[in-house]
Amino acid sequence: MTPLIEVQSLVKSYDLLPVLRKLNLNIERGEFVALLGPNGSGKSTLIRLLCGLSRPNAGVIRVGGWELPREAYAVRAQIGLVSHKPLLYENLSARENLLFFSRLYNIPRQKAEARIVELLAQVGLSKRADSLMRTFSRGMLQRLTIARALLHNPDILLFDEPYTGLDQDASAVLDGLLRGLYTEGRTVIMSTHDLPRAAELASRVVILSRGVVGYDAPTTELDALRLAAIYTETTSMTSAR
Amino acid sequence: MKTPFLHTVVTIVRKDLRAELRSRELVSSMGLFALLSILIFSFALELDRVAREEAVSGVLWVTVVFASILGLNRSLAMERDQGNLEAMLVAPIDRAGILFGKLVGNLIFVLLVAAVMLPIMTVLYNKTLFQPWLLVILLLGILGFSTVGTLLATMTVQTRSRESLLPIVMLPIALPVILAAVRGTTAILTGAREAEWMIWLQILVAVDGIYLLLCYLLFEYIIED
Repeated sequence: MTPLIEVQSLVKSYDLLPVLRKLNLNIERGEFVALLGPNGSGKSTLIRLLCGLSRPNAGVIRVGGWELPREAYAVRAQIGLVSHKPLLYENLSARENLLFFSRLYNIPRQKAEARIVELLAQVGLSKRADSLMRTFSRGMLQRLTIARALLHNPDILLFDEPYTGLDQDASAVLDGLLRGLYTEGRTVIMSTHDLPRAAELASRVVILSRGVVGYDAPTTELDALRLAAIYTETTSMTSAR
Repeated sequence: MKTPFLHTVVTIVRKDLRAELRSRELVSSMGLFALLSILIFSFALELDRVAREEAVSGVLWVTVVFASILGLNRSLAMERDQGNLEAMLVAPIDRAGILFGKLVGNLIFVLLVAAVMLPIMTVLYNKTLFQPWLLVILLLGILGFSTVGTLLATMTVQTRSRESLLPIVMLPIALPVILAAVRGTTAILTGAREAEWMIWLQILVAVDGIYLLLCYLLFEYIIED
Protein backbone atom coordinates (compact mmCIF):
# COMPACT_ATOMS: atom_id res chain seq x y z
CA MET A 1 0.00 0.00 0.00
CA THR A 2 1.24 3.51 -0.84
CA PRO A 3 2.04 5.57 2.26
CA LEU A 4 -0.01 8.70 2.88
CA ILE A 5 3.16 10.78 3.08
CA GLU A 6 6.27 9.89 1.12
CA VAL A 7 9.48 11.83 1.51
CA GLN A 8 12.42 10.74 -0.63
CA SER A 9 15.97 12.11 -0.61
CA LEU A 10 14.70 15.46 0.63
CA VAL A 11 17.27 18.25 0.66
CA LYS A 12 16.67 21.71 2.04
CA SER A 13 19.19 24.38 2.82
CA TYR A 14 18.94 28.02 3.79
CA ASP A 15 21.60 29.92 1.88
CA LEU A 16 24.62 27.66 2.34
CA LEU A 17 23.40 26.03 5.54
CA PRO A 18 22.06 22.52 4.90
CA VAL A 19 19.10 21.66 7.15
CA LEU A 20 17.75 18.46 5.61
CA ARG A 21 20.25 16.13 3.95
CA LYS A 22 18.63 13.48 1.73
CA LEU A 23 15.96 12.68 4.29
CA ASN A 24 13.71 9.66 3.65
CA LEU A 25 10.48 9.09 5.55
CA ASN A 26 7.17 7.33 4.89
CA ILE A 27 4.09 7.86 7.03
CA GLU A 28 0.98 5.66 6.84
CA ARG A 29 -2.59 6.84 7.18
CA GLY A 30 -3.77 7.02 10.80
CA GLU A 31 -0.31 7.16 12.38
CA PHE A 32 0.62 9.59 15.15
CA VAL A 33 4.25 10.46 14.52
CA ALA A 34 6.28 12.42 17.04
CA LEU A 35 9.17 14.22 15.38
CA LEU A 36 11.97 14.62 17.89
CA GLY A 37 15.41 16.13 17.67
CA PRO A 38 17.58 18.94 18.96
CA ASN A 39 17.16 22.53 17.77
CA GLY A 40 18.29 22.87 14.17
CA SER A 41 17.77 19.19 13.40
CA GLY A 42 15.18 20.04 10.75
CA LYS A 43 11.84 19.27 12.46
CA SER A 44 10.17 22.60 11.72
CA THR A 45 11.72 22.73 8.25
CA LEU A 46 10.25 19.31 7.48
CA ILE A 47 6.81 20.45 8.67
CA ARG A 48 7.03 23.62 6.57
CA LEU A 49 7.95 21.56 3.54
CA LEU A 50 5.11 19.09 4.12
CA CYS A 51 2.50 21.84 4.16
CA GLY A 52 3.96 23.69 1.19
CA LEU A 53 5.21 26.74 3.07
CA SER A 54 8.69 26.09 1.76
CA ARG A 55 10.17 24.60 -1.43
CA PRO A 56 12.71 21.76 -1.30
CA ASN A 57 16.09 22.12 -3.01
CA ALA A 58 15.94 18.49 -4.11
CA GLY A 59 13.99 15.33 -3.41
CA VAL A 60 10.37 14.25 -3.62
CA ILE A 61 7.43 14.93 -1.31
CA ARG A 62 4.10 13.20 -1.98
CA VAL A 63 1.10 13.74 0.23
CA GLY A 64 -1.96 11.58 -0.47
CA GLY A 65 -0.50 10.83 -3.88
CA TRP A 66 -0.13 14.51 -4.78
CA GLU A 67 3.34 15.87 -5.38
CA LEU A 68 4.70 19.04 -3.84
CA PRO A 69 5.18 21.79 -4.90
CA ARG A 70 3.54 20.98 -8.28
CA GLU A 71 0.17 19.99 -6.81
CA ALA A 72 0.29 22.26 -3.79
CA TYR A 73 -3.42 23.22 -3.85
CA ALA A 74 -4.52 19.61 -3.53
CA VAL A 75 -2.02 18.98 -0.73
CA ARG A 76 -2.96 22.13 1.21
CA ALA A 77 -6.64 21.12 1.14
CA GLN A 78 -5.73 17.92 3.03
CA ILE A 79 -3.53 19.53 5.67
CA GLY A 80 -4.20 21.41 8.90
CA LEU A 81 -1.33 23.28 10.55
CA VAL A 82 -0.95 24.17 14.21
CA SER A 83 2.21 25.92 15.33
CA HIS A 84 3.30 27.61 18.54
CA LYS A 85 1.98 30.89 17.09
CA PRO A 86 -1.81 31.35 17.25
CA LEU A 87 -2.26 32.01 13.50
CA LEU A 88 -5.40 33.99 14.35
CA TYR A 89 -6.48 37.66 14.41
CA GLU A 90 -6.62 39.28 17.81
CA ASN A 91 -9.23 41.88 16.84
CA LEU A 92 -11.70 39.26 15.65
CA SER A 93 -13.81 36.97 17.81
CA ALA A 94 -13.31 33.21 17.85
CA ARG A 95 -16.31 32.75 15.53
CA GLU A 96 -15.17 35.52 13.14
CA ASN A 97 -11.68 34.03 12.95
CA LEU A 98 -13.07 30.62 12.09
CA LEU A 99 -15.53 32.10 9.56
CA PHE A 100 -12.68 33.94 7.85
CA PHE A 101 -10.60 30.80 7.46
CA SER A 102 -13.62 28.72 6.41
CA ARG A 103 -14.12 31.19 3.53
CA LEU A 104 -10.47 30.74 2.53
CA TYR A 105 -11.18 26.99 2.36
CA ASN A 106 -14.29 27.77 0.29
CA ILE A 107 -16.64 26.10 2.76
CA PRO A 108 -20.25 27.23 2.12
CA ARG A 109 -21.51 29.66 4.79
CA GLN A 110 -24.22 27.43 6.31
CA LYS A 111 -21.97 24.40 6.43
CA ALA A 112 -19.19 26.53 7.93
CA GLU A 113 -21.41 27.90 10.66
CA ALA A 114 -22.53 24.41 11.69
CA ARG A 115 -18.93 23.19 11.61
CA ILE A 116 -17.78 26.14 13.75
CA VAL A 117 -20.39 25.38 16.42
CA GLU A 118 -19.30 21.74 16.41
CA LEU A 119 -15.58 22.57 16.60
CA LEU A 120 -15.94 25.20 19.31
CA ALA A 121 -17.79 22.59 21.38
CA GLN A 122 -15.06 20.03 20.66
CA VAL A 123 -12.31 22.35 21.91
CA GLY A 124 -14.41 23.60 24.84
CA LEU A 125 -14.81 27.19 23.67
CA SER A 126 -18.54 27.38 22.91
CA LYS A 127 -19.12 29.95 25.63
CA ARG A 128 -16.33 32.18 24.28
CA ALA A 129 -17.42 32.04 20.64
CA ASP A 130 -18.06 35.78 20.46
CA SER A 131 -15.15 36.91 22.65
CA LEU A 132 -12.30 38.71 20.95
CA MET A 133 -9.23 36.56 20.55
CA ARG A 134 -7.04 39.08 22.39
CA THR A 135 -8.94 38.22 25.60
CA PHE A 136 -7.97 34.53 25.37
CA SER A 137 -5.33 32.79 27.47
CA ARG A 138 -2.48 30.96 25.73
CA GLY A 139 -4.21 27.61 26.28
CA MET A 140 -7.48 28.86 24.85
CA LEU A 141 -5.66 30.28 21.84
CA GLN A 142 -4.05 26.95 21.17
CA ARG A 143 -7.43 25.19 21.34
CA LEU A 144 -8.90 27.74 18.94
CA THR A 145 -5.92 27.23 16.63
CA ILE A 146 -6.71 23.52 16.58
CA ALA A 147 -10.33 24.31 15.73
CA ARG A 148 -9.06 26.47 12.86
CA ALA A 149 -6.85 23.67 11.60
CA LEU A 150 -9.79 21.24 11.68
CA LEU A 151 -12.27 23.50 9.84
CA HIS A 152 -11.90 21.79 6.47
CA ASN A 153 -11.78 18.32 8.06
CA PRO A 154 -8.21 17.55 6.94
CA ASP A 155 -6.79 14.02 6.87
CA ILE A 156 -3.41 15.21 8.08
CA LEU A 157 -2.62 17.46 11.03
CA LEU A 158 0.80 18.99 11.48
CA PHE A 159 1.71 20.30 14.93
CA ASP A 160 4.89 22.32 15.22
CA GLU A 161 5.85 22.41 18.91
CA PRO A 162 2.25 22.92 20.03
CA TYR A 163 3.08 22.78 23.77
CA THR A 164 5.29 25.90 23.70
CA GLY A 165 4.11 28.36 26.35
CA LEU A 166 1.32 26.18 27.71
CA ASP A 167 0.90 25.58 31.45
CA GLN A 168 0.20 22.11 32.86
CA ASP A 169 -3.58 22.39 32.68
CA ALA A 170 -3.58 23.68 29.13
CA SER A 171 -1.08 20.96 28.16
CA ALA A 172 -3.37 18.31 29.64
CA VAL A 173 -6.30 19.67 27.60
CA LEU A 174 -4.14 19.59 24.47
CA ASP A 175 -3.14 15.98 25.27
CA GLY A 176 -6.83 15.06 25.32
CA LEU A 177 -7.49 16.84 22.01
CA LEU A 178 -4.53 15.13 20.33
CA ARG A 179 -5.62 11.72 21.59
CA GLY A 180 -9.11 12.40 20.26
CA LEU A 181 -7.79 13.37 16.81
CA TYR A 182 -5.68 10.22 16.65
CA THR A 183 -8.61 8.06 17.73
CA GLU A 184 -10.74 9.64 14.96
CA GLY A 185 -8.24 8.13 12.51
CA ARG A 186 -6.46 11.29 11.46
CA THR A 187 -2.77 11.26 10.66
CA VAL A 188 -0.97 13.41 13.20
CA ILE A 189 2.62 14.62 12.91
CA MET A 190 3.92 16.57 15.88
CA SER A 191 7.34 18.08 16.43
CA THR A 192 8.24 18.38 20.10
CA HIS A 193 11.06 18.41 22.62
CA ASP A 194 8.88 16.68 25.20
CA LEU A 195 10.08 13.06 25.18
CA PRO A 196 7.70 11.64 27.85
CA ARG A 197 4.73 13.17 26.06
CA ALA A 198 5.93 11.79 22.70
CA ALA A 199 6.28 8.29 24.19
CA GLU A 200 2.84 8.52 25.75
CA LEU A 201 0.81 10.04 22.91
CA ALA A 202 2.43 9.01 19.63
CA SER A 203 2.25 5.67 17.86
CA ARG A 204 5.70 6.17 16.36
CA VAL A 205 8.73 8.30 17.07
CA VAL A 206 11.14 9.66 14.51
CA ILE A 207 14.32 11.28 15.79
CA LEU A 208 15.93 13.74 13.41
CA SER A 209 19.50 14.68 13.85
CA ARG A 210 21.51 16.92 11.57
CA GLY A 211 18.92 16.68 8.83
CA VAL A 212 18.50 12.90 8.61
CA VAL A 213 16.36 10.30 10.35
CA GLY A 214 18.51 8.93 13.15
CA TYR A 215 15.91 6.67 14.73
CA ASP A 216 12.45 5.54 13.64
CA ALA A 217 10.32 3.04 15.58
CA PRO A 218 6.84 2.44 16.96
CA THR A 219 6.27 3.42 20.56
CA THR A 220 4.69 0.10 21.53
CA GLU A 221 7.73 -1.02 23.48
CA LEU A 222 9.04 2.40 24.41
CA ASP A 223 8.65 4.21 27.69
CA ALA A 224 9.93 7.71 28.50
CA LEU A 225 13.20 6.46 30.04
CA ARG A 226 14.04 4.15 27.18
CA LEU A 227 13.19 6.88 24.66
CA ALA A 228 15.41 9.36 26.52
CA ALA A 229 18.34 6.93 26.32
CA ILE A 230 17.76 6.31 22.61
CA TYR A 231 17.42 10.04 21.98
CA THR A 232 20.73 10.82 23.68
CA GLU A 233 22.47 8.02 21.86
CA THR A 234 21.03 8.98 18.46
CA THR A 235 21.67 12.70 18.67
CA SER A 236 25.20 12.32 20.04
CA MET A 237 26.10 9.71 17.42
CA THR A 238 24.93 11.82 14.49
CA SER A 239 26.46 14.94 16.00
CA ALA A 240 29.82 13.20 16.26
CA ARG A 241 29.79 12.22 12.56
CA MET B 1 -10.33 22.24 -4.71
CA LYS B 2 -8.76 25.68 -5.14
CA THR B 3 -10.65 28.63 -3.64
CA PRO B 4 -11.65 31.12 -6.40
CA PHE B 5 -9.35 34.14 -6.68
CA LEU B 6 -12.03 36.82 -6.29
CA HIS B 7 -13.55 35.00 -3.32
CA THR B 8 -10.12 35.05 -1.62
CA VAL B 9 -9.62 38.76 -2.30
CA VAL B 10 -13.10 39.70 -1.01
CA THR B 11 -12.64 37.52 2.09
CA ILE B 12 -9.33 39.19 3.00
CA VAL B 13 -10.69 42.69 2.37
CA ARG B 14 -13.75 42.01 4.54
CA LYS B 15 -11.56 40.64 7.30
CA ASP B 16 -9.26 43.70 7.20
CA LEU B 17 -12.23 46.08 7.28
CA ARG B 18 -13.85 44.22 10.17
CA ALA B 19 -10.62 44.14 12.19
CA GLU B 20 -10.06 47.84 11.50
CA LEU B 21 -13.61 48.79 12.41
CA ARG B 22 -13.01 47.12 15.74
CA SER B 23 -9.55 48.49 16.54
CA ARG B 24 -9.48 51.72 14.47
CA GLU B 25 -5.73 51.41 14.89
CA LEU B 26 -4.66 51.90 11.31
CA VAL B 27 -6.92 54.68 10.05
CA SER B 28 -6.64 56.67 13.27
CA SER B 29 -2.83 56.64 13.29
CA MET B 30 -2.66 57.46 9.57
CA GLY B 31 -5.32 60.15 9.94
CA LEU B 32 -3.66 61.75 12.92
CA PHE B 33 -0.31 61.77 11.17
CA ALA B 34 -1.89 63.32 8.05
CA LEU B 35 -3.67 65.99 10.07
CA LEU B 36 -0.54 66.97 11.99
CA SER B 37 1.51 67.00 8.83
CA ILE B 38 -0.97 69.29 7.03
CA LEU B 39 -1.09 71.65 10.02
CA ILE B 40 2.68 71.84 10.39
CA PHE B 41 3.14 72.61 6.69
CA SER B 42 0.35 75.18 6.91
CA PHE B 43 2.02 76.99 9.82
CA ALA B 44 5.45 76.76 8.19
CA LEU B 45 4.15 78.39 5.01
CA GLU B 46 1.78 80.80 6.75
CA LEU B 47 3.64 84.00 6.03
CA ASP B 48 3.82 83.52 2.31
CA ARG B 49 0.33 83.03 0.82
CA VAL B 50 1.59 82.46 -2.75
CA ALA B 51 4.16 79.91 -1.62
CA ARG B 52 1.50 78.15 0.38
CA GLU B 53 -0.81 77.85 -2.60
CA GLU B 54 2.00 76.64 -4.82
CA ALA B 55 3.10 74.06 -2.29
CA VAL B 56 -0.31 72.40 -1.99
CA SER B 57 0.48 69.55 -4.34
CA GLY B 58 3.79 68.79 -2.58
CA VAL B 59 2.17 68.89 0.86
CA LEU B 60 -0.65 66.65 -0.34
CA TRP B 61 1.65 63.95 -1.71
CA VAL B 62 4.24 64.05 1.08
CA THR B 63 1.40 63.55 3.55
CA VAL B 64 -0.29 60.79 1.53
CA VAL B 65 2.99 58.95 0.97
CA PHE B 66 4.13 58.95 4.60
CA ALA B 67 0.67 58.21 5.98
CA SER B 68 0.51 55.25 3.55
CA ILE B 69 3.88 53.94 4.73
CA LEU B 70 2.64 54.09 8.31
CA GLY B 71 -0.49 52.13 7.38
CA LEU B 72 1.30 49.58 5.21
CA ASN B 73 3.73 48.68 7.98
CA ARG B 74 0.93 48.10 10.48
CA SER B 75 -1.32 46.28 8.03
CA LEU B 76 1.34 43.71 7.17
CA ALA B 77 2.66 43.49 10.74
CA MET B 78 -0.83 42.27 11.72
CA GLU B 79 -0.34 39.33 9.35
CA ARG B 80 3.20 38.52 10.47
CA ASP B 81 3.15 38.94 14.23
CA GLN B 82 0.55 36.29 14.98
CA GLY B 83 1.71 34.08 12.09
CA ASN B 84 -1.54 34.68 10.20
CA LEU B 85 0.21 34.93 6.87
CA GLU B 86 1.34 31.31 7.29
CA ALA B 87 -2.22 30.25 8.07
CA MET B 88 -3.35 31.88 4.82
CA LEU B 89 -0.45 30.36 2.89
CA VAL B 90 -1.44 26.81 3.87
CA ALA B 91 -5.00 27.36 2.61
CA PRO B 92 -5.73 26.20 -0.97
CA ILE B 93 -5.81 29.75 -2.36
CA ASP B 94 -3.96 31.55 -5.11
CA ARG B 95 -1.24 33.40 -3.21
CA ALA B 96 -1.65 36.47 -5.37
CA GLY B 97 -5.12 36.66 -3.79
CA ILE B 98 -3.40 37.57 -0.52
CA LEU B 99 -1.52 40.40 -2.26
CA PHE B 100 -4.65 41.79 -3.89
CA GLY B 101 -6.74 41.36 -0.74
CA LYS B 102 -4.21 43.29 1.32
CA LEU B 103 -3.77 45.83 -1.49
CA VAL B 104 -7.50 46.61 -1.71
CA GLY B 105 -7.70 46.89 2.07
CA ASN B 106 -4.74 49.27 2.21
CA LEU B 107 -6.13 51.25 -0.70
CA ILE B 108 -9.45 51.74 1.09
CA PHE B 109 -7.70 52.92 4.27
CA VAL B 110 -5.51 55.44 2.43
CA LEU B 111 -8.47 56.71 0.42
CA LEU B 112 -10.40 57.22 3.64
CA VAL B 113 -7.55 59.29 5.06
CA ALA B 114 -7.32 61.25 1.78
CA ALA B 115 -11.08 61.90 1.94
CA VAL B 116 -10.59 63.53 5.34
CA MET B 117 -7.45 65.41 4.23
CA LEU B 118 -8.92 67.07 1.15
CA PRO B 119 -11.56 69.31 2.79
CA ILE B 120 -9.10 70.34 5.53
CA MET B 121 -6.46 71.21 2.95
CA THR B 122 -9.00 73.07 0.84
CA VAL B 123 -9.73 75.32 3.83
CA LEU B 124 -6.16 75.72 5.12
CA TYR B 125 -4.49 76.27 1.76
CA ASN B 126 -7.32 78.16 0.10
CA LYS B 127 -7.31 75.88 -2.98
CA THR B 128 -10.20 73.78 -4.22
CA LEU B 129 -8.96 70.22 -4.28
CA PHE B 130 -12.30 68.68 -5.24
CA GLN B 131 -11.67 68.66 -8.97
CA PRO B 132 -12.65 65.54 -10.92
CA TRP B 133 -9.32 64.98 -12.71
CA LEU B 134 -7.36 65.74 -9.57
CA LEU B 135 -9.33 63.04 -7.78
CA VAL B 136 -8.51 60.62 -10.62
CA ILE B 137 -4.80 61.41 -10.25
CA LEU B 138 -5.07 60.98 -6.50
CA LEU B 139 -6.72 57.58 -6.93
CA LEU B 140 -4.14 56.41 -9.48
CA GLY B 141 -1.24 57.69 -7.38
CA ILE B 142 -2.49 55.98 -4.25
CA LEU B 143 -3.15 52.76 -6.22
CA GLY B 144 0.40 52.68 -7.59
CA PHE B 145 1.93 53.54 -4.26
CA SER B 146 -0.17 50.98 -2.37
CA THR B 147 0.62 48.26 -4.92
CA VAL B 148 4.37 48.55 -4.64
CA GLY B 149 4.04 49.27 -0.92
CA THR B 150 2.03 46.13 -0.17
CA LEU B 151 4.59 43.98 -1.96
CA LEU B 152 7.58 45.61 -0.29
CA ALA B 153 5.95 45.71 3.16
CA THR B 154 5.45 41.93 2.88
CA MET B 155 9.23 41.67 2.55
CA THR B 156 10.33 44.27 5.07
CA VAL B 157 7.85 43.22 7.75
CA GLN B 158 9.93 40.09 8.23
CA THR B 159 12.93 42.16 9.28
CA ARG B 160 13.71 43.65 12.67
CA SER B 161 14.02 47.23 11.40
CA ARG B 162 10.81 47.12 9.35
CA GLU B 163 9.59 50.59 10.37
CA SER B 164 12.64 52.33 8.93
CA LEU B 165 13.38 49.87 6.14
CA LEU B 166 10.08 50.21 4.25
CA PRO B 167 10.47 53.90 3.26
CA ILE B 168 14.13 53.36 2.37
CA VAL B 169 13.27 50.51 0.01
CA MET B 170 9.97 51.85 -1.19
CA LEU B 171 10.52 55.51 -2.02
CA PRO B 172 13.09 54.97 -4.80
CA ILE B 173 10.94 52.24 -6.38
CA ALA B 174 7.75 54.28 -6.11
CA LEU B 175 9.46 57.42 -7.44
CA PRO B 176 7.86 57.25 -10.93
CA VAL B 177 4.39 57.17 -9.30
CA ILE B 178 5.17 60.01 -6.89
CA LEU B 179 6.77 62.13 -9.60
CA ALA B 180 3.88 61.70 -12.05
CA ALA B 181 1.29 62.28 -9.32
CA VAL B 182 2.97 65.46 -8.01
CA ARG B 183 3.48 66.90 -11.52
CA GLY B 184 -0.07 66.06 -12.58
CA THR B 185 -1.56 67.54 -9.41
CA THR B 186 0.53 70.73 -9.74
CA ALA B 187 -0.50 71.16 -13.38
CA ILE B 188 -4.21 70.83 -12.53
CA LEU B 189 -4.00 73.14 -9.52
CA THR B 190 -2.17 75.86 -11.48
CA GLY B 191 -4.81 75.72 -14.20
CA ALA B 192 -2.49 74.38 -16.90
CA ARG B 193 -3.85 73.21 -20.27
CA GLU B 194 -5.31 69.68 -20.39
CA ALA B 195 -2.45 68.40 -22.53
CA GLU B 196 0.04 69.34 -19.81
CA TRP B 197 -1.50 67.21 -17.09
CA MET B 198 -3.01 64.48 -19.27
CA ILE B 199 0.48 63.17 -20.05
CA TRP B 200 1.14 62.66 -16.32
CA LEU B 201 -2.18 60.90 -15.94
CA GLN B 202 -1.29 58.56 -18.80
CA ILE B 203 2.10 57.88 -17.26
CA LEU B 204 0.37 57.05 -13.96
CA VAL B 205 -1.95 54.56 -15.69
CA ALA B 206 1.01 52.90 -17.41
CA VAL B 207 3.18 52.75 -14.26
CA ASP B 208 0.27 51.40 -12.19
CA GLY B 209 -0.32 48.68 -14.78
CA ILE B 210 3.36 47.70 -14.77
CA TYR B 211 3.52 47.65 -10.95
CA LEU B 212 0.34 45.58 -10.65
CA LEU B 213 1.65 43.03 -13.14
CA LEU B 214 5.13 42.84 -11.57
CA CYS B 215 3.75 42.53 -8.04
CA TYR B 216 1.36 39.79 -9.17
CA LEU B 217 4.25 37.85 -10.72
CA LEU B 218 6.72 38.39 -7.87
CA PHE B 219 4.53 37.93 -4.80
CA GLU B 220 4.67 34.12 -4.71
CA TYR B 221 8.49 34.17 -4.69
CA ILE B 222 8.69 36.91 -2.08
CA ILE B 223 6.54 35.18 0.52
CA GLU B 224 8.28 31.82 0.29
CA ASP B 225 10.90 31.10 2.96
